[in-house]
Amino acid sequence: METVIKTHELTKRYGDFIAANAISLEVYKGEIFGFLGANGAGKTTAMRMLCGLSTPSSGSAEIAGYDIYRQTEQVKKNIGYMSQKFSLYEDLTVMENIRFFGGIYGLGSKDIRLKGQALIKQLGLESEEKKLVGSLPLGWKQKLAFSVAILHSPKIVFLDEPTGGVDPLTRRQFWDLIYEAADRGITIFVTTHYMDEAEYCGRLSIMVDGNVKALDTPSALKEQYHATSMDDVFYELARGAKRSE
Amino acid sequence: MRTIKYLLQKEFRQIFRNKAILPLILVVPIVQLIILPLAANYEVKNINLSIVDHDHSAYSRQLISKITASGYFRLIGYNHSYDAAFRAVESDKSDLVLEIPNGFERNLIREQHEKVFIAVNAINGVKANLGGAYLNSIIRDYNMDVRTRLTIPSKTASVPVFEISATNRFNPLMNYHLFMVPGILAFLVTMIGGYLCALNIVKEKEVGTIEQINVTPIRKYHFIFGKLLPFWVIGMVVFSLGLLVSWLVYGIVPKGSIVLLYGFLAVYLLAVLGFGLLVSTFCETQQQAMFIAFFFVMIFILMGGLFTSIDSMPQWAKVIAALNPVTYMIEVMRMIVLKGSRFADIIPHLLKVLVFALVLNSWAILNYRKTN
Repeated sequence: METVIKTHELTKRYGDFIAANAISLEVYKGEIFGFLGANGAGKTTAMRMLCGLSTPSSGSAEIAGYDIYRQTEQVKKNIGYMSQKFSLYEDLTVMENIRFFGGIYGLGSKDIRLKGQALIKQLGLESEEKKLVGSLPLGWKQKLAFSVAILHSPKIVFLDEPTGGVDPLTRRQFWDLIYEAADRGITIFVTTHYMDEAEYCGRLSIMVDGNVKALDTPSALKEQYHATSMDDVFYELARGAKRSE
Repeated sequence: MRTIKYLLQKEFRQIFRNKAILPLILVVPIVQLIILPLAANYEVKNINLSIVDHDHSAYSRQLISKITASGYFRLIGYNHSYDAAFRAVESDKSDLVLEIPNGFERNLIREQHEKVFIAVNAINGVKANLGGAYLNSIIRDYNMDVRTRLTIPSKTASVPVFEISATNRFNPLMNYHLFMVPGILAFLVTMIGGYLCALNIVKEKEVGTIEQINVTPIRKYHFIFGKLLPFWVIGMVVFSLGLLVSWLVYGIVPKGSIVLLYGFLAVYLLAVLGFGLLVSTFCETQQQAMFIAFFFVMIFILMGGLFTSIDSMPQWAKVIAALNPVTYMIEVMRMIVLKGSRFADIIPHLLKVLVFALVLNSWAILNYRKTN
């Protein structure tokens, strides 16, 4: 199996505070990797290091075969990212956002048009194409943000709590999009607080106080912790946490 | 290159879609240029004058009518005593008191010598200074009249008198608009360019879209160039609008070359935008950016020679003025517009502004980080 994310003892310190402590993990091509943890456990910090938004204090990592210290621009060409905060331009229309992000990832204008149209059709946004993104409901915005994040066909897409605040039906639709992308060979690296979503992941890790405390498939984790659901596994691990919000 | 095309497209779309900023870009220069020069005028008129005339003679009346005819003074009233006049000063009704002593006419003719007394309310320094000076020169003038009238012309030798005859070059009528308008235009371009540029980038930080930009392979200097160019163009547009307004309203046509003016502006705008960019790299919110930019713009404007002459500042203030890019823009504006200065005359200014542009932009680029 091809490894697309490989980290070794990746650490981020802010003064005395260790936000992410010696994280070592491997993620394989085309898998949906769940990255779980309580608020403040260090998920976002770890993810930001992997995306090249934050420089690690120590440790090493390779993303899509590129070193995160020396080949940042190569790393960035091969990843997509969707942050906790909605980050498309609200004062641009749906199509203008697609054109802009497609353009700065270096897609040709014809490519942008074709992919953009396909994307709009897939999301059923035909009648909203010329509307400002700011006027769309949250669920649609999130689906659009995800589709824009994978517009340039990255090897890996990082999703930071993509379904926060979204209704259950839209969440299902969102996960349909995720599965579709994974089928196309895009590796999904996703954080979430919804345990039903955790069950959808191929493998997942659970972070507690900056450390990765568990890493396996959902069924193996349930077996290991003698739990019937991922909820129980999460409680079992997160209960020992000293940090909270 | 294609990246820049997409960046510019996005930036211009956002600016043209912004219902608050776009009208402001157009309205501010017009309104400010029409209103500010009329108010920011050093000429002192309507100085309130109280007169205490103890003499009530033909000579004292002549003096008084000469003063009131000058147009600078407004006669508040005649008082019977200095104390009464001073009460008018105390209650802010009067700015100046002129006291003509008893026996003014008699002494002037017999003794060939007399004194009048002027008291000035110095709370408003400018008004007091100029009012006192105007009154002095009117009295001196009157004095000359009296002398020529009273002195019997001698056949042998006339008293040698020399008179100063001054000509005002470049602004013959001492028209304040001519002096203020180019300066205000320089100030407008600075404000609009600096603020808009700083706030624009910080807004992306605040909203979070900058994260999305930072995970793309876009190059730092591409992004910065894409941010600078739109505001550079806006600066040029605002300036052109301003020139148009000053021509239509004040009839000011630059004496020097327009090309030179725009050439200098092009470099100056780079410095201003570099400043805005630098501010934005230090701030996380628009509020912070607004306050920091405001702080510096205030200093830039007050110490840039717009309202007060840099030559009369103390040494330490001159140093600050020299470190202020706005100083050079205001100077060059006045040089080219009023004096018709040529390229060779503004080379020192151009070089200094170029240094500002290079330093501010390099600092900003170094300080702008895609990672933290």
